Amino acid sequence: MRYATWLFVCLLVVLHQDYWQWNDASLVGGLLPSALAYHAGLSILAAVVWWLVTRYSWHEELEVDTVEEPRA
Amino acid sequence: MTQLLVIIAYLLLMLVIGYAANRLSRGTAVDYFVASRSLGPVLLLLSLFSTTMTAFALVGSTGRAYTLGVGVYGLLASASGIVHSLCFFLIAVPLWSLGKRHGYTTQIQFFRDRLDSDWIGVLLFPFLVGLVVSYALLGVVGSGAVVSNVTKGAFAGCGWFPQSAYGVPAPIASAVVSLVVFVYVIFGGMRGTAWANALQTVLFMSFGVVTFVVIANSLGGTDDFLENVRQAFLATSEAQRSRAKIPKPLFLSFLFIPLSVAMFPHVFQNWLTARSAGAFKWPIVGYPLMIMALWLPCVSLGVWASAPSSGVPAGTSENQVLAALVHQHAGPLLAGLLTAGVLAASMSFDSQIIAVGTMFTEDVVVHYAPAGRFSDRQIIVMTRLFITAVLAVTLALSLFPRAVFDLGLWSFSGFTGLFPLVYAALYWRRLTAAGAMASVAATVAIWSVLFYRSGFGQNAKYAFPESPIPLVGQWVVPPMLPVVTILCVSTAALVSVSLCTPPPSSGTLSKFFRD
Repeated sequence: MRYATWLFVCLLVVLHQDYWQWNDASLVGGLLPSALAYHAGLSILAAVVWWLVTRYSWHEELEVDTVEEPRA
Repeated sequence: MTQLLVIIAYLLLMLVIGYAANRLSRGTAVDYFVASRSLGPVLLLLSLFSTTMTAFALVGSTGRAYTLGVGVYGLLASASGIVHSLCFFLIAVPLWSLGKRHGYTTQIQFFRDRLDSDWIGVLLFPFLVGLVVSYALLGVVGSGAVVSNVTKGAFAGCGWFPQSAYGVPAPIASAVVSLVVFVYVIFGGMRGTAWANALQTVLFMSFGVVTFVVIANSLGGTDDFLENVRQAFLATSEAQRSRAKIPKPLFLSFLFIPLSVAMFPHVFQNWLTARSAGAFKWPIVGYPLMIMALWLPCVSLGVWASAPSSGVPAGTSENQVLAALVHQHAGPLLAGLLTAGVLAASMSFDSQIIAVGTMFTEDVVVHYAPAGRFSDRQIIVMTRLFITAVLAVTLALSLFPRAVFDLGLWSFSGFTGLFPLVYAALYWRRLTAAGAMASVAATVAIWSVLFYRSGFGQNAKYAFPESPIPLVGQWVVPPMLPVVTILCVSTAALVSVSLCTPPPSSGTLSKFFRD
């Protein structure tokens, strides 16, 4: 699952470069310009992917190992 | 005058927060600088968000969308939703852990320990302070522009300030806002700053939504909000509703700009306030959604402002677009409240100011002075004098007008050049002090050359290479944002010099890496 979540992160980066609708000025649902609607959707997808990362690839070792030492 | 009174009330509220935080202070350095590492996930999310979403997000995004259209959302908002959370996950959590374990309050303390070198601090300090000043400049310029624009006519009765249409002149507004920030940073420390930032996030998010609804309804003119949004977009040109004005290579290169968050000194200090590693889960997941909630209205407003029916005069400067829209479409009380929301975002340069003060105290005064040379009181006086000097320089620079968006890009590009350094310090054992210093020096050099070539930021369209470089066949290296060149040069210097110099000692590595 750890590798799958990182694959999703890479996918987000690829999906960000949506060259295929560059000059599309139409309104999705008659409301938002397609580029704006697409990238707002990408923001929501990013939140889902980052939830997966915190769920399946979290730094568990840092939760228990971090003990404060006095600074010299 | 109503707008002015609301703004004054808001500034007084910020002072009260600083005072309250001062009363609750534990009186220790760790409390003043990192709020005793006590912030939970919600406060951490709100405080971090306000710290990163400055005037750049409100004033800058609206202004640039006015010029370039809806593509501005993809340039930075959706990109930041991916990259900021990535940086929080890969950089913030491990740095928080090391900071807590070894008692760091600044980045330079970490780098000096990790690289076993004093010189890395000498090299980094002036560059980081310079970049933070240019970042704080966004807030100073943005707040001055907004207050000046929405208070137009407030002093018409007494005939004051005719040169700024009887509103508060921008330099005076910037100076007053900076003074308020100075007072609550000095007295409230990091706790006061975190509280102020959390409140500022709530204010600018809620007022941002109100602004969006009010202006949409004013532009559309019907009782149906969604129909009003549709009409507002339909009134704009096709070029504004697509990305016709944005070259594709430029769009790609914007993806590197949000990497800068990994090296912001004020964000580093904010990370250290976290109570636990788990407190970062909320910011990591919530950031893309909160950025969307803020940028979607701002970019839409900027695009709407470009339509002739918006009432915003053609050729309005980017920094004035949001204020001009508010002035045109909201009543005096609402305009005052909305301005307080914009000010809330602009004033988040408070954390930049406290970070600069902390760096000066920890990395210069405490680091170089022999133990006991200065009393705590003397150190505090020196820190306040340094912060005063930094604010004075920032105010002086604000007199030279630049678009907030471009100022931000140059500042972020410098920080992105330092990304390889922090990444390698955490994940590459072979990184050496010489490699790190070569990377910093290369970043400073290439950033300075490109900034000079852009006419010190005057040329908003500056890209590098300045014309396409032919490769084999049909392939060319297209002009891209300078950040790409800066990042490549910095990485090349870091890797090549590290590999040519002796590796760090096992004793140093054992402090930072598990076997």
